[in-house]
Amino acid sequence: MDLTHDLTSVIAKSFGLFYLIALSVGITVYAYWPSLGKRFDKAANSILDDEDGPCR
Amino acid sequence: MMERLTGAERQIALMICVVMAIVGLVMAAAGRGDPMGSHGAIVLIAAGIVTCFVLRAIGEPEPAEDRTTSYYDDPTKAGLVIALFWAVVGMGMGVWVAAQLAWPDLRFDAAWSSFGRIRPVHTSGVIFGFGGNALIATSYHVMQRTSRARLAGHVSPWFVLLGFNLFCIVAASGYLMGVTQSKEYAEPEWYADIWLVIVWVVYFVLYIRTLARRNEPHIYVANWYYLAFILVVAILHIVNNLAVPASLTGAKSYSAFAGVQDAMTQWWYGHNAVAFFLTAGFLGMLYYFLPKRAERPIYSYRLSILSFWGIVFFYIWAGSHHLHYTALPQWVQTLGMTFSVMLLVPSWASAGNALMTLNGAWHKVRDDATLRFMMVAAVFYGLSTFEGSFMAVRAVNSLSHYTDWTVGHVHAGAMGWVALITFGSIYSVVPLLWKRETMYSWKLVEWHFWLALAGTVIYVFAMWNSGIVQGLMWRTYTDSGTLAYSFTDTLVAMHPYYVARACGGALFLTGAILAAYNVYMTIRHAPEKRPERDYPTSSEATEPAVPAAE
Ligand code: HEM
Ligand code: HEM
Repeated sequence: MDLTHDLTSVIAKSFGLFYLIALSVGITVYAYWPSLGKRFDKAANSILDDEDGPCR
Repeated sequence: MMERLTGAERQIALMICVVMAIVGLVMAAAGRGDPMGSHGAIVLIAAGIVTCFVLRAIGEPEPAEDRTTSYYDDPTKAGLVIALFWAVVGMGMGVWVAAQLAWPDLRFDAAWSSFGRIRPVHTSGVIFGFGGNALIATSYHVMQRTSRARLAGHVSPWFVLLGFNLFCIVAASGYLMGVTQSKEYAEPEWYADIWLVIVWVVYFVLYIRTLARRNEPHIYVANWYYLAFILVVAILHIVNNLAVPASLTGAKSYSAFAGVQDAMTQWWYGHNAVAFFLTAGFLGMLYYFLPKRAERPIYSYRLSILSFWGIVFFYIWAGSHHLHYTALPQWVQTLGMTFSVMLLVPSWASAGNALMTLNGAWHKVRDDATLRFMMVAAVFYGLSTFEGSFMAVRAVNSLSHYTDWTVGHVHAGAMGWVALITFGSIYSVVPLLWKRETMYSWKLVEWHFWLALAGTVIYVFAMWNSGIVQGLMWRTYTDSGTLAYSFTDTLVAMHPYYVARACGGALFLTGAILAAYNVYMTIRHAPEKRPERDYPTSSEATEPAVPAAE
């Protein structure tokens, strides 16, 4: 089967659309997953005091 | 600096130098009579210089330091100084290019100084020389701090930094000799491209290995941006530079793509160079240095994750907005346009996140020019992405394309966003790395800030005016349906703006020179500061572990 212009545009308009929607839903769910909140807060604060040297 | 490598590491460094010298020799011999030969000589000399540094250290005793107790900052320091050097060179070239456009006699009739040759020296000098070195240096800093782990390796950071600079030098000297593959921002020829791939893979591996040693459960978001920058630039660079050399002993090569495919590949590369070189990496800087300097955590960490993925997945599809009204199929243009408009959302989310972080700390912004650099950078980021999304609409692009409006947009992003966030980060990290109390002179930082802001505003407004005047003149018809203005008429109309742009650029350049001077004096003369704690602690414990000496 040839990779024609028509074929690529059909793929872009169908699969392309759905995988991007799935991706955005997935990421939003990850970012707002309630139990991850603490971990994110900790990460956001972790950089404020990091000059005390590495652990390894 | 090489004294801090162990004996075995010094030997590896020496071996790399020897291999490089042989490569340089072979290039010089095989490419005689071609620019490739001169590049061989440059590689040979570069290898020789590094060899001298390594040899001076090779007889020294082994380093006594305990490597588990401190971060490895020597390559970061070197990278920052080199970035400032390139800033002065690259922006100096920019001022010269701008002056040539206003007063063409400033070419001085040499081949190497013609507009077409020094323009890429400017663009590569600022993007890769200044921006690239700043990104590499700050990424070393950020990856260690956020992971609380020392760099994974002591030779590879030097290899990446110096190897990247060899690429920059080969690129810039090549342009002056007339070497180019005529792809914007990807001008260097095939052997330089292969070399950059090697350097970049080592960079990626170094980053991943350092993260693998991390002592934090979560990888801080700045690292995601830096990693996207490294990974995507590698992919873009490899695909866009697929080419067949005309001969193995000469610089000339032919692209693997042809016609509109070649154009699309180039602007897929070009736009994502903007996205992942000039944006993602610098957002990494923003997400680390801005909260750090403001001493406040980022306003919304969740939003930073959302905007990260938004930027990564939208930008990839936006490149075709560079090819509106060309032979590119209409639907591909529309696709690029749609994604460009959607891009506004994650872009403004990032800019807004940065500004909201400062909300409540405006007194710090007022008093601290370093933080002000970062704040203004976030504003210009918001501005240039809004402008970009607007220009990507086909109807708007029909006015802006080929005009100075594009150049104005470029520099709102490049000077207002990229350069300002870099200077802000440099000012906040230099005293820390060299263990000084503050920068040598805060007054000079203040001067730099106002010079940079004035220069950017003058530059950008001049180009907006010039671009819109130019675009409107091009599309004005007389009653009989012929063009109302000749091309020369438009040049006459643009001349005052070109003069203004050169002046604005000169102000910006002056600021960069002040920065270089201030950093030099900080290293040499600012009073030292004893670190309060410089011994290991785990992030779990709020109290530091008992230092070994006590
Ligand atoms: C001292 C400040 C600067 C001056 C005077 C300056 C001047 C110029 C000039 C005259 C051009 C050519 C425009 C044309 O062909 O019509 C140009 C292009 C460019 N400059 Fe600058 N520049 C400066 C700073 C920067 C910085 C800091 C960056 C990036 C970080 C940058 C990135 C670029 C890019 C990407 C282009 C190509 C634009 C395009 O092809 O549309 N410049 N600059
Ligand atoms: C949402 C984000 C952005 C969008 C949608 C966007 C869109 C555009 C558009 C439509 C053009 C003009 C293409 C043409 O007519 O030839 C352009 C050119 C350009 N933009 Fe942006 N832009 C964005 C952000 C940025 C940022 C933040 C920077 C710099 C740091 C930047 C750097 C450039 C450069 C260097 C060019 C000139 C390319 C060339 O012709 O050489 N853009 N952009």
